[in-house]
Amino acid sequence: MNRRRFLQTGAAAAAALSVTSCSRSRTKWRFFTDREGRTLAALCDQIVPPDHYPGAAAAGAVEFLDRQLLRHYRKHRAAYRDGLARTDQLGLTRFGRTFADLSVAQQNDLAHTLEHDQGAFFELVLNHTMQSFYGSPRHGGNRDAVSWRMLGIPDPPVRGRAIYDVGKPVQS
Amino acid sequence: MNKVNAIVVGAGAGGGIVAKELAEAGLSVVLLERGKWYTANDCRKDDLRNQRTSLLGAPFGPEDEGNPRVVVGIDGREFVALPSDGAYSNNAACVGGGTLSWGAQAWRYMAQDFRMRSTYGAPAGSTLEDWPIGYDDLEPFYEKAEWEIGVSGDDSANPFKAPRRRALPMPPLPPNREYEVLLPAARRLGLHPFDIPMARNSVPYNGRGPCMRCRWCVGFACEVDAKNGTHNTAIPRALATGNCELRTGCMTKEVLTDERGRAVGVSYFDADDRLQTQPADFVVVSCAAIESARLLLNSRSRLHPQGIGNRYDMVGRNLQGHTYTGSAGVFDFDVYDDVGPGAGLAISDFNHGNPGLKGGAMLANEFIRLPIHVTNGLPPGTPRWGIGHKQAMRDYYKRTIIVMGPTQEMPMANSRVELDAKVRDRWGLPVARLSGDRHPHTLEVGTAMAGKAGEWLKEAGAVQTWPMLPGRGVSGGQHQAGTCRMGDDPKASVVNQHCQVHDLDNVFVVDGSVHVTNGGFNPALTIMAVSYYASAGILRMWRGTGLRS
Repeated sequence: MNRRRFLQTGAAAAAALSVTSCSRSRTKWRFFTDREGRTLAALCDQIVPPDHYPGAAAAGAVEFLDRQLLRHYRKHRAAYRDGLARTDQLGLTRFGRTFADLSVAQQNDLAHTLEHDQGAFFELVLNHTMQSFYGSPRHGGNRDAVSWRMLGIPDPPVRGRAIYDVGKPVQS
Repeated sequence: MNKVNAIVVGAGAGGGIVAKELAEAGLSVVLLERGKWYTANDCRKDDLRNQRTSLLGAPFGPEDEGNPRVVVGIDGREFVALPSDGAYSNNAACVGGGTLSWGAQAWRYMAQDFRMRSTYGAPAGSTLEDWPIGYDDLEPFYEKAEWEIGVSGDDSANPFKAPRRRALPMPPLPPNREYEVLLPAARRLGLHPFDIPMARNSVPYNGRGPCMRCRWCVGFACEVDAKNGTHNTAIPRALATGNCELRTGCMTKEVLTDERGRAVGVSYFDADDRLQTQPADFVVVSCAAIESARLLLNSRSRLHPQGIGNRYDMVGRNLQGHTYTGSAGVFDFDVYDDVGPGAGLAISDFNHGNPGLKGGAMLANEFIRLPIHVTNGLPPGTPRWGIGHKQAMRDYYKRTIIVMGPTQEMPMANSRVELDAKVRDRWGLPVARLSGDRHPHTLEVGTAMAGKAGEWLKEAGAVQTWPMLPGRGVSGGQHQAGTCRMGDDPKASVVNQHCQVHDLDNVFVVDGSVHVTNGGFNPALTIMAVSYYASAGILRMWRGTGLRS
């Protein structure tokens, strides 16, 4: 990167920062609206529901997507805006409430409808939720390495450990 | 810029070795690499952003921005692919190339792999051919690669291997649980299991320590620098001679030729995107099969109007990789012990001699699969989402073994790399356009290999197995090969047996591009052996002064 490009990048980053800190101060999200965040959290919990281990939302699925839609998944922004609006519309049409305010059974019913009728959007949410829950915690999902603890695989790895304990069973 | 003896374009498995061999012989060398030089600190252990699972990007290059390719599907539909997309056939763009973040399987091909046409005959629609060189020509260079790069393992129990004069320099890593489950089962079936040769330190070697057995291996830079590639072996040795200058962040634009048609150097965009010209006596192209073909095709001049080496429209043809197939099996006891790299045990019983089939594949247990890989690899019938999926992840994550292998492909002329007429990269250069399909016989062999893998898993006690069958579409991937085929006939190949372009004696192609066929094994050690072999030939020509201008 040359100096000019560096300065341009820096200026753009500073501008983005000021926008984030001023005009969007009422929501914790950078991409989603509060309502979108609630709808998405409920939908992600359909993909990986809470049981005796947390579900996708509690593990940070919305945080993961909110970050990635500003980064690597920029190309999916419109799909999320549109898909989440349709999800809420579907809830209103069928049960008279937006998705997040429905019962878990009703949400499950609608999730199957989405899988059938809004296939492309549902596949996105499905794949991204899996990535958030089973991927590395650094991206905002898999909070406290919950999925790794659930599967019984160690975290964090200790540099050089295996020189000393190859062959011993893993404590999970 | 001052003229040098040699320019090597691409600091991967091939170029890194050529640069070292030439520099050690006293030639002045400029090694151009478009990517960066990463270290063990760049490991990051990111399940979603690594060179194998690039859902959030390919950390070892190239960047998604400004490096597109065009891919044509078997339905004729074309689309733009980015480096983090599977269809891109990305390898890597960095010092070490694919060998920075590979799984490090370091296989020798078998003698038959160099004589596929003589052994089997070419199936209709394929360009299956013999190499102009054989295993015996490469054997000393395989050995050199194993000792200089550093390979652990033990193939003494493999009766099918081609003869070797010297054992591997390091013993295999101790077994993990999958290995212990699979080994007796293979023996009961009358198969011949043995320890995979791996370019990974099992004991201190080359001044670096051994593998720490973590689960982040293939796709990652090794956190303890125990995995061996050209980035931590050949290239540092090249630089230590004082004769080799490595320039990173440099994207080669074209090989320049003079009015007589001979190469005089290259032009490239440096790390600040300034166009530079580097003169040299000769040029070695080592950018891997797709980018090497692209560079030759982009090097057009009056005497090379279709690009260098492309007088007979051969550059870019016969693109091949490996068709991976196998089986997964579920056990009713834990088979996962989190002892990496995971892969450790292989059989070579089905590489050749399968009735009715041409070639085959080595079969081995798979590297440790990270949880994200298993989310869509659960037993058939498992719900794709919901509580049933979550429960299945808990039930099966530690109880699944995959056995699979790289089926040797039947090359085809129409599986190829061309230049796209419209799409350009960030430097304004036409990008690679990939099109083609896999030969029906490749699919047939791959399907048979999946069945063999399934039988092995069942014998090992799997309560349920399911096959992973071959896919269609143009093949390439990390194992990309074949686009600048080696051969004696200038009309049917691009380089001669010395990796020298047929009609341009001071340009060489040294990487997987020259592979006539790609074996039923991971190709990197063969790329390395060919690189040592080609370097010896280049040095012979150099001493005969044929290359000085």
